[in-house]
Amino acid sequence: MIEAVFFYVFATVLVLSAIGVITARNPVHSVLFLILAFFNAAGLFVMLGAEFIAMIMVIVYVGAVAVLFLFVVMMLDINFAELRKGMMKHAPVGALVGFALLAEFTWMFKSWSPSSAALNGVAQPIPDQAAISNTHALGEILYTQYVYLFQISGLILLVAMVGAITLTLRRRPDSRRQSVAGQISRRPEDVLKVEKITSGTGVF
Amino acid sequence: MMSSELLANYLPIVVFLGIATGLAVVMVLASLIVAKQKPDAEKVSPYECGFEPFDDARSKFDVRFYLVSILFIIFDLEVAFLFPWSITLGSTGVYGFWSMMIFLGVLTIGFIYEWRKGALDWE
Repeated sequence: MIEAVFFYVFATVLVLSAIGVITARNPVHSVLFLILAFFNAAGLFVMLGAEFIAMIMVIVYVGAVAVLFLFVVMMLDINFAELRKGMMKHAPVGALVGFALLAEFTWMFKSWSPSSAALNGVAQPIPDQAAISNTHALGEILYTQYVYLFQISGLILLVAMVGAITLTLRRRPDSRRQSVAGQISRRPEDVLKVEKITSGTGVF
Repeated sequence: MMSSELLANYLPIVVFLGIATGLAVVMVLASLIVAKQKPDAEKVSPYECGFEPFDDARSKFDVRFYLVSILFIIFDLEVAFLFPWSITLGSTGVYGFWSMMIFLGVLTIGFIYEWRKGALDWE
C-alpha cells in the first residue's frame, strides 16, 4: 500500500518535471527540471530493487551530466526569445516532420516483435533480493558472462575521451605555457654573465 | 516490486528528503507571508553595484571547462564500474580481475593520450 503511494508520487513528479523540461521558457530552468526528473527516476529504480542503477543515476546523471548540460546551456549564449520569433512561420514544416516521424514509429511498432534472445533475457529470473544484493548480482555476471559488452563500453569511453580532446583542445599561440624541461635544462653559465666593472665606467 | 524490509532501509533517506522539501517550502513561503510585498520597477530590477547591468548573466566562456567536465564524466563512469567489481572479486576470481585490468588498460591509454596532449593543464 505505502509502496504504491511512493510509486505514484515518484511517477507523477517525474512526468510533471519531464513536461517542465520541454515547456520551461528559461533553458536553465529546463536543466533544473531535468535534475528533478533524474532524482525521481532514481526513486523509481530503488522501488524496482535496482539500487546500483539508482545510485549511479544520482552520481553520474545528477552529478556530472546535469552539470555538463548547464555548461552547454550557458555556453550557447543564444537569445531564446529571439529564436522563437520565427516559430509560427516554421510551424507547418515542423508539424509535417513530426507527423512523418509519428507515422514511421507507428509503422515500426506494428511490425515489431521482440527477438528470442531478448525474451530469453527476460526469462532469466532476477535473483532473490533477500539472498543477494543487486550490486552483487550485477558484479557476478558483468565481468565474466558479459565480458565483451564490458570491454566495448571501455572502448566507447576511450573514443569519447579522444573525441572530446580532438574537438575542443586547441593551442593558443599567445598563451604562456610552462615548459618544465626547458626550465630544468637551463644552466646558469648559458644565461648569466658576471661583469667586472671598474669604478666610474659603467657597462655600456 | 522490491521486498518491503529492503525498502524500509531507505526510510531515513525519505525522511531527509521530506525535511529538505519542507524546509525549502517553508523558507520560500515564510518570506512571502511575513515580509511586506510592495514591489515597484526599481526594486525588482537587477542590481549591479549601483549601475545598470551591462548584459546577460549568460556569457560565452572557455570551451576548456566543457572538456574538463566531459573528462570528469568518463572517469566517473570508470569508477562506477569498479564498485560491483570490487565486492564480487571473490567469486569472479582471476577472470574477473583480468577483465577489469583490460578495461582499465584501455582507459589508461586514453589517459596517457590526454596527458601527452596537454588537455589537463590549464596554461
